[in-house]
Amino acid sequence: MTTQGRPSKLIKGATGDWEVVIGMEVHAQVVSKAKLFSGAAAEFGGAPNSHVSLVDAAMPGMLPVINEECVAQAVRSGLGLKAKINLRSHFDRKNYFYPDLPQGYQISQYKNPLVGEGTVSVDVSPSERIEVGIERLHLEQDAGKSLHDQSATESFVDLNRAGVGLMEIVSKPDMRSAEEAKAYITKLRTILRYLGTCDGNMEQGSLRADVNVSVRRPGEPLGTRCEIKNVNSIRFIGQAIETEARRQIGVLEDGGVIDQETRLFDPNRGETRSMRSKEEAHDYRYFPDPDLLPLELDQAYVDALAAALPELPDAKKARFIATHGLPAYDASVLVADKETADYFEAAVAHGARSRDPKAVANWIMGDVAAYANSVGLSVPQTHLKPAQIAALVDLIAAGTISGKIAKDLLVILIEEDKDGDPAAIVEARGLKQVTDRGAIEAAVDAIIAANPDKVAQAKAKPSMLGWFVGQVMKSTGGKANPQAVNDLLKGKLGI
Amino acid sequence: MPVDQAIVRRIAHLARIELAADEVAHLACELNAILAFVEELGAVDVEGVEPMTSVMPMRMKERADVVTEGNIADAIVANAPATEDHYFIVPKVVE
Amino acid sequence: MTDVTELTLAAARAALVKREISAVELARAQIAALEAARVLNCYISETPEQALAAAASSDARLKRGEARPLEGIPLGIKDLYCTKGVKTTAGSRILENFVPTYESTVTANLWRDGAVMLGKLNLDEFAMGSSNETSYFGPVISPWRRPGSNVKLVPGGSSGGSAAAVAARLCYGATATDTGGSIRQPAAFTGTVGIKPTYGRCSRWGIVAFASSLDQAGPIARSVCDAAILLRSMAGHDPRDSTSVDRPVPDYMAAVGTSVRGKVIGIPKEYRLDGMPPEIDKLWGEGVSWLKAAGAKIVEISLPHTRYALPAYYIVAPAEASSNLARYDGVRYGLRVPGKDIIDLYEKTRAAGFGKEVRRRIMIGTYVLSAGYYDAYYVRAQKIRTLIKRDFEAAFAAGVDAILTPATPSAAFGLGEKGSADPVEMYLNDVFTVTVNMAGLPGISVPAGRSAEGLPLALQLIGRAFDEETLFGLASAIEQSAPKIEPPSKWWT
Repeated sequence: MTTQGRPSKLIKGATGDWEVVIGMEVHAQVVSKAKLFSGAAAEFGGAPNSHVSLVDAAMPGMLPVINEECVAQAVRSGLGLKAKINLRSHFDRKNYFYPDLPQGYQISQYKNPLVGEGTVSVDVSPSERIEVGIERLHLEQDAGKSLHDQSATESFVDLNRAGVGLMEIVSKPDMRSAEEAKAYITKLRTILRYLGTCDGNMEQGSLRADVNVSVRRPGEPLGTRCEIKNVNSIRFIGQAIETEARRQIGVLEDGGVIDQETRLFDPNRGETRSMRSKEEAHDYRYFPDPDLLPLELDQAYVDALAAALPELPDAKKARFIATHGLPAYDASVLVADKETADYFEAAVAHGARSRDPKAVANWIMGDVAAYANSVGLSVPQTHLKPAQIAALVDLIAAGTISGKIAKDLLVILIEEDKDGDPAAIVEARGLKQVTDRGAIEAAVDAIIAANPDKVAQAKAKPSMLGWFVGQVMKSTGGKANPQAVNDLLKGKLGI
Repeated sequence: MPVDQAIVRRIAHLARIELAADEVAHLACELNAILAFVEELGAVDVEGVEPMTSVMPMRMKERADVVTEGNIADAIVANAPATEDHYFIVPKVVE
Repeated sequence: MTDVTELTLAAARAALVKREISAVELARAQIAALEAARVLNCYISETPEQALAAAASSDARLKRGEARPLEGIPLGIKDLYCTKGVKTTAGSRILENFVPTYESTVTANLWRDGAVMLGKLNLDEFAMGSSNETSYFGPVISPWRRPGSNVKLVPGGSSGGSAAAVAARLCYGATATDTGGSIRQPAAFTGTVGIKPTYGRCSRWGIVAFASSLDQAGPIARSVCDAAILLRSMAGHDPRDSTSVDRPVPDYMAAVGTSVRGKVIGIPKEYRLDGMPPEIDKLWGEGVSWLKAAGAKIVEISLPHTRYALPAYYIVAPAEASSNLARYDGVRYGLRVPGKDIIDLYEKTRAAGFGKEVRRRIMIGTYVLSAGYYDAYYVRAQKIRTLIKRDFEAAFAAGVDAILTPATPSAAFGLGEKGSADPVEMYLNDVFTVTVNMAGLPGISVPAGRSAEGLPLALQLIGRAFDEETLFGLASAIEQSAPKIEPPSKWWT
C-alpha cells in the first residue's frame, strides 16, 4: 500500500518535512427496524426509555438473540468494501462499567470479526485516486445516552440507543492528509448509502469517526499515534487532523515525545485535548459471549446477498462515462450521491426519449445544483422533477427556446409554477424563440435605422456586432434566435 | 504467590467492588489458594486443542428484523433506585 | 387420606384427576406445612394467596375435565427464576427488593401446564455455593439430622431450599438450577431426585445468570417419576435463548420403569478418588450390582481429563459470573449505596450488595480474564473443557449408554463445617458433578442408600446429550433396587 511519502502531502515543520499518517475507525449505525440483539425499535429518538426492551435494560436473566437483518447488512457492507466475508465469526464481551452500558459489557466482535480485509478506492481530486485498505468490519452494540445538562449534580440515562446495531469499520493507516481522510470518509459514506446499510447521518450520530493520527519523517517507521474520538462532521475531521498533526510536530520538534492517548477535538477552540480520565486502567477482559453461539454463514447465503447488491458508485461512474459519454469529473460528481445519480438517469431517460446526457448533467450540476444548495437541499430533495429538467433540455435542443430563456424558465419553475410543465409555460407565456426570418429582419432593420452613428462605427470596429445583437434581443424580448440575428446583422452591416 | 495486595486492589477496582483495608490481605490469600488449586491445569497438553465455544454444537438461530418490544418505559424503570420522567438518574458523570 | 403432603407428585396428580382431593386442599396442606417449617428457612417468599387463587382455578378446570399435565400441583420455585410481580432475590442483598415485570420461560411453562406456585425457595447467593450457607437470607437447614443429634446439617447447594423443601414435604416438587452440581448435590444430600438435563434443554431466559455456558434448569423431586413429569413441562425450545435447543421434548415419564436390559454402563476409573470414604465406594459397588442384576452390562471406562474438570470449572464459572454480575450496578434496579461519584456508587453498592463468596468469585473471574492472564487461564480452561467433552464422546462412541458414578464424595455435613478456612474445601463437593456441566451432558442424582450416620447418599448417572430418557430408565431401576429411604422425621413441627 501507500507507505512511501507522497511529496505533495508533506507538512513543513521548523526542522524539515513531516508526513502525517491517518487511520480511521468508523462506527456506522446499521439500517434495521429492530436492535442488534433485541426486538426494540432501532429508530432514532423517542420518549426516554421507550425503545427499550427488558434485554436492552439488562434485566436479570435476559438474553441476546441476534437480528438476522443486522448480519445481512454487515455482510452487504463487507461486500461493498470488496472485503473478505468470514463464514465463521463470534461475539465477545467487552467489559467495563458505565451508566449508559446496562449489561456492564458491550457485545462486540473482537477476535473473529464478520468481515476481514477489503479496500476502498478514493478520489481525492479529479486527478488523484488512492486505495485505502480496510482492516476489518464487525458488528457491535451501541450504548445508551447520558444527559448531563438536566441537573447540576445528576446525569439522566436514556437507553433508547442501547443495543442498536453498529458496524465498526477499521481502515488501515493509509491516508496521508486531511484531504485524503475527508475523501475517504465521504466515499465510505457514499458506499454505505448506496448499499442502504447506514444512512450516513453524522448529525444524528449514525456515522461517527475516531481518527488515529501520527506523524513521522518521510521514510521513517510509524510514529506514536493519538486517537481523536467521535469527530462528528467531515469538516471537523479535516480540522482535527490538521490541528493534531501540527500539535504532534510541535511536540516532536521541541524534543518531546508523543504519548499514545485518546484526545478530543474541540472545534470551537480549534484544538485537541487529552481525555486522560477515560484512559484509566483500561482492561476490557474480552471473552466470547457465552449467551451466543458462533455466527456461521453459508457461502450460498453470502453469494445471494452479493448477487442482490445494488450498483456501487465506482461501477456507476464507469457506466456513466461509457454509456452516457460523460467526462470523468461529471460522472464523479453525479455518483457521489445515489439519489442524484438516479435523478440524472431519470432525467436522461424520461419519456423514453433520448436526450444529450451531458446537457442534462450540466443543468443538474449547474443551475439546479446552485438552487438546491441555496435552500440547503440536494438536487433530488428539491421540488424539481427529472421530467422538468428533461423537458427543459428538450426545449433547448429543439430550438424552441434559447439557453438564456431556459434559465428564466427554470426560475419560473423554482419560484412560480413549481409543478409546471416547461413546454406549457413556454407556450402560455410566449417564450418561444422567434425563428421567423421576416420578423427578425424587421427588428434588425429597426435597430439599424435608429442608430446610424453606431452603424458607421461598426464598419471600422466589427466587435460592435455584439452591441447590435444585444439590442435586437432586447427588442424581441430575448426570443429571437441568436444565430439568425447574427447572420442578418453581419450581412446588413457588411462585416 | 501470584496475587499480591496491589493486584487485589487493582482487580477489585476493575470489578468495581470497594474493599475495606483489612480485607485485602485475607482476599489475597484466598485468591492465591484458588489459583494454587487451578495450577495443575498448566500440566495439561492442550497443543492444537480448540477452546470450547458452544457447549452443544448447533447453528445459532437468528431473529427476524421485526419490532416486537418497547413502549414499556414504566416497566423498565419500575425497580430503579432513582428515576425521573422515565430516565434513570445517576450522580453526575463527568465527560 | 391422612396427610396429603406425603403423596408423590404423580400420586397427587392422579388423586386430583380422580377428584379424590381438590387442588385447593392440596395447596392448603402445603401452605400449612411450609408455614410450620419456617425454622428450615426453605422459602424466601411465600405466596399463599397466589397459590390458593391458582388452585381454585385449577379446580374449575379439573371439574370441567380440562386438566393440564400439572393441574393444581403446588410447586416451589428456586428464587433464581424471575417471577412476574413476585420478588426475585437470587439470594442476594443486591436484589433484595427486585420485583420482575416478567416471567421466566421455565416457570411460564409450568403455569401453562397448570402448576401452582407456593413461593420462592432459598438458595446460595447467585447460586454460588454447595451448602446454601451463602444466602443473604440465611442458610437453609436440612430436614435431615444425624440420628440422636440436633446438629444442624446443610441441605447442599446451591438449590438447598429446593432440595430441603422437597425432602421436608413442603412442596410436591421444585425448580432448581445446576451450574456445577447445584441440583444433583443437594438432591443427594436430602434423599431426593434431581436431574440436570442436557445444556440447551431448558430455556435460561428469565433465570438469573451465574455462568451462562454451564447453567441449566432442572427439577428436584420426590421420585424419578416425579422428576420426569416436571422436566417434561420445564423443557422445550425457546427462541429467546440462543443456546436453547430446538428438539422435541419426549414423554420422559414413559421412560421410567422401562427395562435396562442390554444397556451398557460405563464405570469411570478416574472417579475412584484417593481418600474417598469407603461407604461411598461401597454404594457405588451396590449401584453396579443393581444395574447388573437388572440386565445391564457393566464396562470400565476411562475419562482421563476428569481430574482437571473442577479446577477448569473454577476458572470458567467465575469468569462468566464476573461479567454476568456486572449488571448489578445500582443504576437500573436493585440495591444502591450512594457514593461521591458514579464509580464510588458502583464500588459501594457492589461491596454492600454482594456477599463474601460472590465477591470472591467475581474477583477470581476478573483476574483470570484480565490482560496478561486470559490465555494462561481462561483459554486454557476452555481447551481443557474440549478435552473433557472428548473423553465423554469417546466413551459414548465406544457403545456406553450411560456412566455411573457417586453423586457426592460424602454425605451432608454440618453448618459451618466446611470452607470457612479454605474456599477450595467447599469446592471439592462438586468433584463428581462438575464434569457433566463442563461437557453439557445430562446427569441425574438418585438416592441409593444411607451413610454410616444414617444420612442419604446418592448415585449419579451421566447420559448422552439429549438422552435424558435413558437416565430416567436407569435411575428408576436404581430406585427400585435401592433400599427405600424413608423421609426425614418432622422434628421441626
